[in-house]
Amino acid sequence: MAPILTSLLIGALFGAGLAISGMMNPAKVLGFLDFAGDWDPTLAFVMGGALLVSVPGFALARKRPKPALETGFQMPTRRDIDGRLIGGAAVFGVGWGLSGFCPGPALSAMATGVPGVYVFVAAMVAGMAAYRFLLSR
Amino acid sequence: MENFTPFSGLIGGLMIGLSATLLILVNGRIAGISGIFGGLLSASGRELPWRLAFVVGLVIGPLLVGLAQGAVPAVDIQGRWPMLIAGGLLVGFGSRLGSGCTSGHGVCGLARGSARSFAATATFFGVAIVTVYVVRHLVGG
Repeated sequence: MAPILTSLLIGALFGAGLAISGMMNPAKVLGFLDFAGDWDPTLAFVMGGALLVSVPGFALARKRPKPALETGFQMPTRRDIDGRLIGGAAVFGVGWGLSGFCPGPALSAMATGVPGVYVFVAAMVAGMAAYRFLLSR
Repeated sequence: MENFTPFSGLIGGLMIGLSATLLILVNGRIAGISGIFGGLLSASGRELPWRLAFVVGLVIGPLLVGLAQGAVPAVDIQGRWPMLIAGGLLVGFGSRLGSGCTSGHGVCGLARGSARSFAATATFFGVAIVTVYVVRHLVGG
């Protein structure tokens, strides 16, 4: 039960961070991605702030034998840069540029009740399901 | 740069980084939202509840900010629905194919010094910037 409760609280902290940072708002994200327009550098400060904590955080995790509530860390182990990684990132980049939403902000933005958010999330679920049925082994 | 909000951006960013740090130190998991959420489609048993709890938390977070500030921060969707639907399909499919999104590759992968995440992050930022340029300045005019 404890890992479920901590996951809920840590998810809420993530969602609150997205809301406060402005990244829940696709207009703000598109403002960063639009170098030729009225450029808004805020996203760089959000990423910088996140890395300021997560870099030492992951360094600390590497030194610990196991997480507080589980038997082991589930760290990614792959090292190869393959076509799926780059192709997937490129497809994601097109979708991100078209909408201004990536998965975290889109889910958090459901809190606003704006109809377009649910349209995006439904399409995102369909895209994930399509991947699962077409390409995942 | 009239919309530039560096202070709230930095504060929110620190909270996101703290969340990713706590999830690895407490639950031993990577805070990659596409992986956590996408896993809901395939996970079973023990893998399901913590993922669902995290996603519920993602929605509760902005509501708590709304309680504290008086209103949930506004979301301003600019494109029409067909573009939003296309964006959602591509974000969902691409983030799963590429094993991550802005949080998993960006915040966590870069922090781990993962070469895969550096490559993915450079790719999706580059492609998104080109996409916005095409939509706003070539097609949109």
